[in-house]
Amino acid sequence: MDSRSSEVTDQAPPRSRAPLANTVNDALKIVIVGGFGVGKTTMVRAVSEIRPLSTEETMTGAGIGIDDTGSVREKSTTTVAFDFGRISLNERMVLYLFGAPGQERFWFLWDRLFAGTLGAVVLVDTRRVADSWYAIDRLEHHGMPFIVARNNFGEPEHTLPQLREALSLSDDVPLVDCDARHRASSKSVLIALVNHLYALSTARETSP
Amino acid sequence: MIREAIDGENPDRLYTVTGGRSRADENAFDLVTLIVSESDPAPGMQSEHAAILRMCRTPVAVVELAAELKLPVSVVKILLCDLLDTGRIAARHPSASVVRTPLPHPEILKQVLVGLKKL
Repeated sequence: MDSRSSEVTDQAPPRSRAPLANTVNDALKIVIVGGFGVGKTTMVRAVSEIRPLSTEETMTGAGIGIDDTGSVREKSTTTVAFDFGRISLNERMVLYLFGAPGQERFWFLWDRLFAGTLGAVVLVDTRRVADSWYAIDRLEHHGMPFIVARNNFGEPEHTLPQLREALSLSDDVPLVDCDARHRASSKSVLIALVNHLYALSTARETSP
Repeated sequence: MIREAIDGENPDRLYTVTGGRSRADENAFDLVTLIVSESDPAPGMQSEHAAILRMCRTPVAVVELAAELKLPVSVVKILLCDLLDTGRIAARHPSASVVRTPLPHPEILKQVLVGLKKL
């Protein structure tokens, strides 16, 4: 326990990362939200230029309940762990991808952690569709644009229109298939999201 | 592995690392604010401060620092406030957090698309 802080005195911690270019001055965020075991980290790993890293954020009782009914009275600590990776887009821009849990307590931290996020991918496991309802509901609540990606490890049992119905997903939210283990497939999910954002953004620019 | 290390963290260490403070200015740093060292570590400097200065010889995002230092993001932000106040680091803030609009400009998204397609 007491040896840890001395570990960092000797040298910088081991860097498993490709350093960013000195010219990079703008970082962007995309969040991949989904239930436990749905493949969030797998997707991050598929496209990231660094091995996915993990970190956490904590909040104490004072903050819990702001976004809630105020049912938490006693002092308590909520900890949310999340994984992330990154993609250098050009000499100036880097994109950070966060894999975030869809669970309830996570959303207390959304504004603190993910304000300014470009958009989100809701990753769905068709065997546990209900896990995604809450995430979709919260993203809509936060006004965060998103798409839904079904992660297929095998042959899907349902068609995408059936899944759209099961998720009560409105027609203007893109729904795509993917295999999070594959770089090309995960890349196409991100491109689908950014295309969606681009369409929303240009629609806003041209609207009066 | 990292998660275990943080979960099993000794609260005393976190208290010592931050000098007992529990809050940084939440607006001072985004998760992806890029930190760049403006100076080398000085002798006698707190070890975490020195480690940050060594790591940030090239730009490093706040969240990467937290992961590498195995400290919660909020604790790292407190450490960064110290370094920023004394001019030892520079912070490159994400443009998206400055412009508080629901959607980024199409031009930025176009650049993101180009970058992703090169992947």
